[in-house]
Order: sequence, then C-alpha cells, then structure tokens
Amino acid sequence: MQAEEKFTPETWPASPEKSTLEAKNKFLGFWLFLGGETVLFATLFATYLALKDKVPGTDHALAKDLFEMPLVFLMTMILLTSSLTSVYAMYHMKNFDFKKMQLWLGITVLLGFAFLGLEIYEFNHYVHEFHHTFTSSAFGSAFYTLVGFHGAHVAFGLAWFITLMVRNSKRGLDLYTAPKFYVASLYWHFIDVVWVFIFTVVYLMGMVG
Amino acid sequence: MSTYAQKKGVGAVIWDYLTTVDHKKIAILYLIAGGFFFLLGGLEAMFIRIQLAIPNNNFVSAGLYNEILTMHGTTMIFLAAMPLLFAFMNAVMPLQIGARDVAFPFLNSLGFWLFFFGGIFLNLSWFLGGAPDAGWTSYASLSLASEGHGIDFYALGLQIAGFGTLIGGINFLVTIINMRAPGMTYMRMPLFTWSTFVASALILFAFPPLTIGVFFLTFDRMFGANFFDHTMGGNTIIWEHLFWIFGHPEVYILILPSFGIFSEIFATFSRKRLFGYSSMVFATVLIGFLGFMVWAHHMFTTGLGPIANAIFAVATMAIAVPTGIKIFNWIFTMWGGSIKFTTPMLYAVAFIPSFVMGGVTGVMLGAAAADYQYHDTYFVVAHFHYVIVGGVVFALLAGTHFYWPKMFGTMLNELLGKITFWLFLIGFHLTFFIQHFLGLIGMPRRIFTFLPGQGLETGNLISTIGAFLMAVATIVLLVNIVITSVKNVKVGNDPWGDGRTLEWALPSPPPFYNFKQLPLVRGLDPYWIEKMNGNKEMTPAEPIGDIHMPNNSFIPFMISLGLFIAAFGVMYRVDHAWGLPVLIAGLAITFGSMMVRSIKDDHGYHIHKEDLLEDEDKGVKA
Ligand code: HEM
Ligand SMILES: [Cu+2]
Repeated sequence: MQAEEKFTPETWPASPEKSTLEAKNKFLGFWLFLGGETVLFATLFATYLALKDKVPGTDHALAKDLFEMPLVFLMTMILLTSSLTSVYAMYHMKNFDFKKMQLWLGITVLLGFAFLGLEIYEFNHYVHEFHHTFTSSAFGSAFYTLVGFHGAHVAFGLAWFITLMVRNSKRGLDLYTAPKFYVASLYWHFIDVVWVFIFTVVYLMGMVG
Repeated sequence: MSTYAQKKGVGAVIWDYLTTVDHKKIAILYLIAGGFFFLLGGLEAMFIRIQLAIPNNNFVSAGLYNEILTMHGTTMIFLAAMPLLFAFMNAVMPLQIGARDVAFPFLNSLGFWLFFFGGIFLNLSWFLGGAPDAGWTSYASLSLASEGHGIDFYALGLQIAGFGTLIGGINFLVTIINMRAPGMTYMRMPLFTWSTFVASALILFAFPPLTIGVFFLTFDRMFGANFFDHTMGGNTIIWEHLFWIFGHPEVYILILPSFGIFSEIFATFSRKRLFGYSSMVFATVLIGFLGFMVWAHHMFTTGLGPIANAIFAVATMAIAVPTGIKIFNWIFTMWGGSIKFTTPMLYAVAFIPSFVMGGVTGVMLGAAAADYQYHDTYFVVAHFHYVIVGGVVFALLAGTHFYWPKMFGTMLNELLGKITFWLFLIGFHLTFFIQHFLGLIGMPRRIFTFLPGQGLETGNLISTIGAFLMAVATIVLLVNIVITSVKNVKVGNDPWGDGRTLEWALPSPPPFYNFKQLPLVRGLDPYWIEKMNGNKEMTPAEPIGDIHMPNNSFIPFMISLGLFIAAFGVMYRVDHAWGLPVLIAGLAITFGSMMVRSIKDDHGYHIHKEDLLEDEDKGVKA
C-alpha cells in the first residue's frame, strides 16, 4: 500500500495506524518511547516521595497544608474527559471521518488548555499564598519538578495536536497522516495516565498527611 | 541511478555526511568521532600515568589532575566506548538481519549529531574556564561544591549526548523487531544482533534515571533547586541511587555488544557454529535483566544497612553464573574447531582470561563485607579496567579489524594488527595487574600523588610503563589505518573467507540499498548454510522490484546545534545578561527545525527496478 494513496470509507483499512511498514515502525517506536517515559516519571515519583515534606524549617507549608480537593478534582476530571474525547477522535479516524475527528481533537485541545490554565493558577496560588516555591525547599523542588514535568508534557501535547490539525486540515486522512494522529493520541493517553498517578500519589496521599 | 559511483568533490562529500541517513555512513561517523574521543581519553590517561609514575610528582597540579581524571572517565565511557559500539551496531546489525536500513534513518542521524554536539560541548570546558572535576560519577555533594562551570559542562553535555543514545536505542529495538528478512526468526539472529537488542533495551530503561539525575543536578546548580542540598531538606544519596541505577546497566550496555562481537569472531575463526547458541541468548537476556538489580553494590559503604547490602551482594554474585555460561560456550566453540589465529581471533582468545580476572575481582567486590576493605582503592580501578579494557576495548579493537573490510572495503594489515595486539595485551596487563596489589596495600583511588617509602613506587612505575606500551600499540594501529587507506586494495564480499552471517554475503562496502532482493534465511548462520550447499549467493526471497529509500536531511544537525547553543545559554544565564536570549534562540532553532520536519512532507524516493537491473548488467553485484 502506498502511503499517499487516496481512500474512501470503503477502502480505508481497519488499522490505518499500522498498515505500512513506516507506520508499524512508528507505532512500535512510540510505545517503546513511552516505556522510557514511564521510567522517567517513575524516577520523578520516587524522588518526590523521598523529598515529600522535607523542608528546612517549621514555618514551611507541607503537603497537607497546600492541596485542596475541589481544584485538583476538577483538573482530574477535565484531563480524563480530554482522554475520552481523543478516543472519539480516533474512532472517527478509523471510520475515515476527517471532519468529526478534527472536531473531537479540537475539543480535546480546549480541555487541555483548561487543564493547563488551572495548573498555572494552582502554582501561582502556592507561590503567593504559601511561599512554596521551586527554591524554598527540597519539597518544593521535587513537587514542581514532578508536576511541572507533567505540565510541560501537556503543553507539548497541545502544540503537537494543533500542529497536526492545522497542517493536515486541507488534505485529510491517508496512510501517511493517520499514524501521526494516532501516535499523538497515544501520547495524550499516556499523559493522562501519569496524571492519575500524580492525583493519587501527590494529592490524595498528600492530603492524608 | 548509477550516479552514486561517480567521484565527488570534497565539499559534496562533507555535505553528504552532514545530511546522510544511511546507517553505513552514520556508522563511519560514529567510528571517526568515537575514535577521536578515544584518542583524547587515551591522552588524558597518559597524563594521569605520567603524574603517578613517581612519588611527589608535579607534572600536573592537584586541581588539574582532578579535571583530567574526570574527563578521562567521562570521555571513555560516554564518548568513546558507547559511540564506537554504536558504530559497529550501525554498520553490521541491519546487514545481519537482512534489512535495507534501520527503522528510523532520520532519527539515526539525529542520534549521532546529538552525541557529537554533546561531546564537543563537554570538551569545550577545557577552553572555557576548566573541565568538570568531581569524577565521572559526579557525586552530588562534591559536584555542588565545585566552582566554575566545569560541572555544568558535564551535566549539559551528558544530557544532550544522552538523548542521542536513547534515540539510538529505540531505533535499534524497532529495527530488530520489525525489519528482519523473511526467515530471520529471533532464534536465528546472530549473537551480535541479539546483544544489540538487549543492550538497546537496557539503554531504554537505564538512561531515563540518568536524564532525571542530571536534570536535578542542573536545577540545583543553575536554578536554585535543593534536591541534593541537605540544609534545605534535600538528600545527596538520591544522586548516588540515580547515578548507579543508570551506571550499572551502563556497564552491561558496554559489555554485552562486546560479547556479541566476540561471539561472531569465535564462530568465524573456529569455523564452527557457536556452541550453545540458545544458552548464549538466554544468558545475554538474563544478564540484561539482572543488571538492573545490583546497582547498590556501588554503595555498600554508603550505609544502606546490612539487609540491603546482603541482598545486593547476592544479586551481584548471581550475575557471574550467566557470564560463566558464556565463557564456557566460547571455549567449547573453539574446542575441536579448526582455528585461524587472525588479529580479531587473537583479541578474542586473549579476552577470555583477561575478562575472567575482572569477573573474579567483581565477585570479590560483590562480597559486601569485603568491599569495605577494597572500596575506593586501586583494587576497584584494577577491577573495572580488567572488565572495560579486557572486555570492551579488546572487543572494539577486534571489531575494528574484523569489520574494517565490510565498512571500508579494504583489509587492515595483519602483521601490523598483530603487533598492535601484542603490545596492547602486554601493556594492558602490565598497567592494571599490579594495581590490584597497590589497592590491597592501601593506595586510594583518585589521588593526584603519593609519598615515597610506602611501598607504592615500583608498582606505579610499572603501571606507567605499561600505559606507554598501550599508547605505542594505538599509534601502530593508526599507522596501519593510514597505510591501508593509502594502498586502498579492494576486497570482495567475504574477505576473511569464513563469514557465516548475512553481512558477508554482500559486497564490501555494500551498495547503499544493502540488498537488491531481500535474502531468504534458512537457518542460523545463513550465509554459511548457502556456502555449504554450494551456493555463491543468498537465495532471494522476493523478485527484483522498486526499493523505497529515505531522503537525506540537514535537520538532525540543526536540531542538535540548537540544543548545543541553548546549553551555553542555560549555563551563562547566571552570570551574563546575554544568556537568556541565547537560550531562547537555541531552543527556537531546535523546535523550529522539529516543526519543519513535521510540517514538510518527506516521502523519500524510489530506486526503480530498471536501474537495479541496469546496475546488474554493469556488474555491480548485490
Ligand atoms: C561478574 C561481573 C561483575 C561484578 C560482580 C562486578 C562488581 C563490581 C562492584 C561490586 C563494584 C564496586 C566496587 C567499589 O566501588 O567498591 C564494581 C565497580 C565497577 N565496575 Fe564492576 N562488576 C562486574 C562486571 C563489570 C563490567 C562487565 C563492567 C564494565 C564493562 C564493570 C565496570 C565497573 C566500573 C566502571 C566500576 C567502577 C565504578 C566507579 O567508578 O566507582 N564491572 N564492580
Ligand atoms: Cu556495578
């Protein structure tokens, strides 16, 4: 199958994300990359747990003072929903419905921006209300690095989606572009899974004390 | 499409190499760059040995000694040994599995340029205020206290080079999983391919902890973070863990491909199938697995407590079992074979006792209680040089002689090769054997000088003499390379006459598309099988057809250059106002290049069937 070939919904293959060798390679390579990313985040989590609440004096805010359920719960819901909408997008990709795919990706991107906005608000809140900064304690360094790394991944994922959507808005789906969308959505799911762990390990366990 | 045979000007050749995505050319780039850093690291080693030749020497000052020592270790591990292994992986692995290229030719080139710019960045520290001086392990409390920008060069340089390595690892994994020729099942893959596979998996899981550790170090030193600063609640032991969670797998990333090279050489020059192939594969995988469970044997004296020490001691010693399996398999491969003592084979034979000695001292060091005596003495220096030089460097030298014809189409001179071998072998044992005893009688490692009258003079002098022998051996090798290249006598497909695996079925060097028709693999050692059946070539698995090829690209160079520039920005941001703009400009180049790559379509091109057939008529065999 030629990558640039034109398709109709009838001729569109069942797994367009891996029906050329290039696509198969990309698919597998990306999964492996996510394996590496998993170790990367595991390392950050381990460090965070080692440095949690490790502050130089008694006047520093600790995890239980900082985190508030409503905000992080809202962020979690937004990001989880965005994962769902990206699944819808991939569903339409598999059905060769480019318009609907773009629409659901658009919704995904909006949700991603909402999440990122709330995260910025959250960090700002900690810095100004609690003087909990990147440099104020080892706890601060570990917290902002872990959550910030995740936030940077979200920002990168958004840039990626937008680039793909704009670049391919005219030419639609073929076996060259479909794997690109698919891989980007995999990345988005990964970010979501990492957030579930952040929500549990950092926020829930943090509020418990 | 027979234009590739035409002569090109120098400029065109350079441009070709700057933009190439061909695994065979990238292999040559790795070989040249890795070889250059090997010479640099070797020079630093000579300075170390000259300083330690006599007591109270002042050839270099204490501070400069620390810089030379640190750069020696860092250069040798990250910029010499790994890239040189990558050179052989690139040159040989795709051919061994019957592929036309790696899975991601573009990323292959990106990996090289990231390594290259990372290495150059690290070494520019010599000219820009001093090199790093906290050892290649860069333990946090020491490295945080180090003044100047030396450690920053270390952190940023390794970060850039490390991304390159990670990309390379993923690329090799996908290549081996997805691109094997028809009939090339996993259990028919040559051992060098297997060890590339396992080493790449180790890279994938071992490099992220280093990436994070180095990020922490960067943040602490340059952005006011407190990961390792205990007055702010930080913990310096975290660095030790992260470094060694990476560091021990790293030694297997180096030694497993070396084992792979030797496995090929033993089978080839014993003219016998590798003994115990399946157990070799099993042992390779097992070593890779266990390699992740032993990192704390570098931290026995850190104070993790007796239970942790005991567990890590047992796990460490367990690795000796699969390693022993391999040693016996190599010996049994030779047993009853009709052995040809070529230069690569000499290295292989010498490797066995040399490496076993390193393994024995490894098990000694792994006995946690005993390690309190050995730790941070020259005994450890002797141990890891026996495994790294006696294992990895021997394999690199053997591989250079063995694969030279496949990479360049000419044979290195055997007489000069053997001279190099003997000088290197004798020099190596002279240098490092005595260091076991220096360590046992109490000479600490990483000291810039020692006092007379403590029984250390003779041993150190002998050690320095040995180092000079290795230097001479290296010079002979360089002379050999120059003579061979000038004479430029071309050789055929199978210059050693006993090639077993697919790469020897191709011309030396192979055409840029490697296989005109993908070969049909009918068993382990496929080329040997065909030869035994009286065939001159591989049986093709497909008719001649169009071949899809990737386009060259300058973007990998630009992405890497951007990070190189950004690294200067990060570093000088603290003391100059121009730091921040430079940082932003660098990142803009990198991300801009990535955007171009993702927006501009690159479908590659096709070599047409007619052109392939035309080549055949002209006698260009593939
Ligand atoms: C049977 C196999 C091996 C065992 C049991 C073993 C064990 C050890 C132990 C326990 C140490 C720590 C000594 C100390 O600091 O007190 C050590 C250090 C070291 N080993 Fe090994 N090792 C083995 C194989 C290897 C291999 C194959 C390599 C490299 C190719 C290697 C490279 C090193 C290096 C570089 C160090 C020194 C690290 C430093 O700077 O502190 N080892 N080994
Ligand atoms: Cu180790």
